[in-house]
Amino acid sequence: MSSALQIESTVDAAVKASPETRSLPVRVRASIGTALRGIGDGLRAHSGVSTTLAGLFTVVILIASFLPSLVARKDPYATDPAHMFQAPSAAHWFGTDQLGRDLFARTVYGAHATVTASLLSLAIAVVGGLIIGIASAYVGGIVDTVLMRAVDVLLSIPGLLLSITIVTAIGFGTTPVAVAIGVASLPGFARTTRAQTLKIRNRAYVEAAVVSGVSPLRIVFSHILRNVLGPVSVLAMLDFGAVIMSVATLSFLGFGAKPPAAEWGSLINDGRNYLITSLWISLIPGFVVVLTVLSATVLANNLKRGER
Amino acid sequence: MNPKGYAVYLAKRIGQAVLVLWAAYTVTYVILNLLPKNVEQSILVARGMQEAVGDPNAIAQVRAEFGLNESPVRHYFSVLFAALHGDLGTSYQYGSNVASLIATRLGMTISVSLLAVLLAVVVAFALAFAASYFRQKTIRAILQSLPTLSVSVPTFWIGLLLMQVFSFWLGLLPSIGQTGWKTMVLPVVTMAIPVSAMLSKLLMDGFDTVMREPFIVAAKAHGFSRRSIIVSHVIKNGSLPALTMLGLIVGGTVNGAIVAETVFSRQGVGLLIQQAVQNQDFPVVQGVVLLAAAAFVVVNLVVDLIYPLLDPRISHTAKEV
Repeated sequence: MSSALQIESTVDAAVKASPETRSLPVRVRASIGTALRGIGDGLRAHSGVSTTLAGLFTVVILIASFLPSLVARKDPYATDPAHMFQAPSAAHWFGTDQLGRDLFARTVYGAHATVTASLLSLAIAVVGGLIIGIASAYVGGIVDTVLMRAVDVLLSIPGLLLSITIVTAIGFGTTPVAVAIGVASLPGFARTTRAQTLKIRNRAYVEAAVVSGVSPLRIVFSHILRNVLGPVSVLAMLDFGAVIMSVATLSFLGFGAKPPAAEWGSLINDGRNYLITSLWISLIPGFVVVLTVLSATVLANNLKRGER
Repeated sequence: MNPKGYAVYLAKRIGQAVLVLWAAYTVTYVILNLLPKNVEQSILVARGMQEAVGDPNAIAQVRAEFGLNESPVRHYFSVLFAALHGDLGTSYQYGSNVASLIATRLGMTISVSLLAVLLAVVVAFALAFAASYFRQKTIRAILQSLPTLSVSVPTFWIGLLLMQVFSFWLGLLPSIGQTGWKTMVLPVVTMAIPVSAMLSKLLMDGFDTVMREPFIVAAKAHGFSRRSIIVSHVIKNGSLPALTMLGLIVGGTVNGAIVAETVFSRQGVGLLIQQAVQNQDFPVVQGVVLLAAAAFVVVNLVVDLIYPLLDPRISHTAKEV
């Protein structure tokens, strides 16, 4: 690979150096290129900054979702008819909604509902995926065939539709939504776990453990699980943003918690009817969702790069 | 390619597709019929007869009407048999045939979805071309970060933003409605953004891989311009891998249709399933899921069947379902 790259750069240099190809537009482009390279170097120097910002924002969101009362002093359910539809101000950082409720408090409590639901989804997907993937790869044979066909079938139904189907059957609310999305994202985790387990199972030290008479359960816990957890946790990080988005989408579609409760998706949905006059009701919670998903993605990509 | 081997592969692959579709139907049947506790109650509520929920006569009538007195296995086979004949059952809330209910709304969803996919493909190819054409690191970094950025934005929020800007601020396009091409623009763009983000990521990776291949270096050494190399070599070879992920695009389009039709109040299949879930209208939900699974299976089947013809390096025996 590196030799190919070397050849490539040599060819590039040769093309650049030959005088007849170096016409005026090329020279202009080259000087623009030099200028841009400066900006690029600056950006790359700051890529650490974007990771730090993403990390900081994630920490803030996690604090907000586990200790909402610490972050938001106001009551997310207290209506105030005298202060309806107030634009963001010092008193109400994110403004107020159609009932005069403080949107900052509602967004913080919404983080509590949405982020904890997303973590529950991920837990279901990871644990279920580990069990199915390891069982499939380790037992093999007919168990492997049956489980993997089942996974294929689940993958043939678009994720959002599968979780919508489950929610239809088990009812609405934050927890049912979390369960439905967890089950719908389980197949991907089962596949990754199975592939990784197959790789580990044939390693010499696992075979040595089998020959020495170590029980299968012990092998699974002390060798397989330990090696599978790395790739699976990278996948979980990568999936976290997608899961938050799915939870918010189902809540936006009206399948989440019932009205007074605050969820990110339902907050955005609530503001839909007031877009013309008070756009911040939908806009600000949506922006928080975007920043959260983006931060999770940036962190996950860094993790993936570190894994390689 | 060996034509006989291809015929065997074709038959096997079609059989698999039918099997997956049947299994998807069964999975949704199990979820929708065995998990919920009070199906007759849901039917009554869906029909707007909340007061009849406690009435044993009404419940008995509903049970008889929807075959709930049969054993689950018998019921499953009778429903499956009917589905094979194109009868997807009766909607709880509308009281009409699910297949015809979907059929009347399908045109609207398909036209918007196809336009969205078309737009997404054009944008994705343009982005991927630009990302491999420009050598300036900053431009490339910006182009390559676009997919990640747009994948992080919820589709429903994109829809609301577009509505805010183009309908309420600029007054260019209607925010709701379903007649005339103007009403289609915002839903199409809303659906195209996440799909083109997915696709352009795949294409950028594909183009990048091809750009490092030895034959590209050879073409450069022959003095071909960067643009002609990309046009004549990179696009064809680099977009083939993306073809195998077309199923993802189908999933993204289905998700987008549900969200976009809800945001822009368009009476398509997406809004149909959103309202069916809201009213616990199980047969409609099952019908729409079956349709989406069929779209997924058919697209994957077509890709698998034409892939060996496009890329002779791929043998058609090695591929799994």
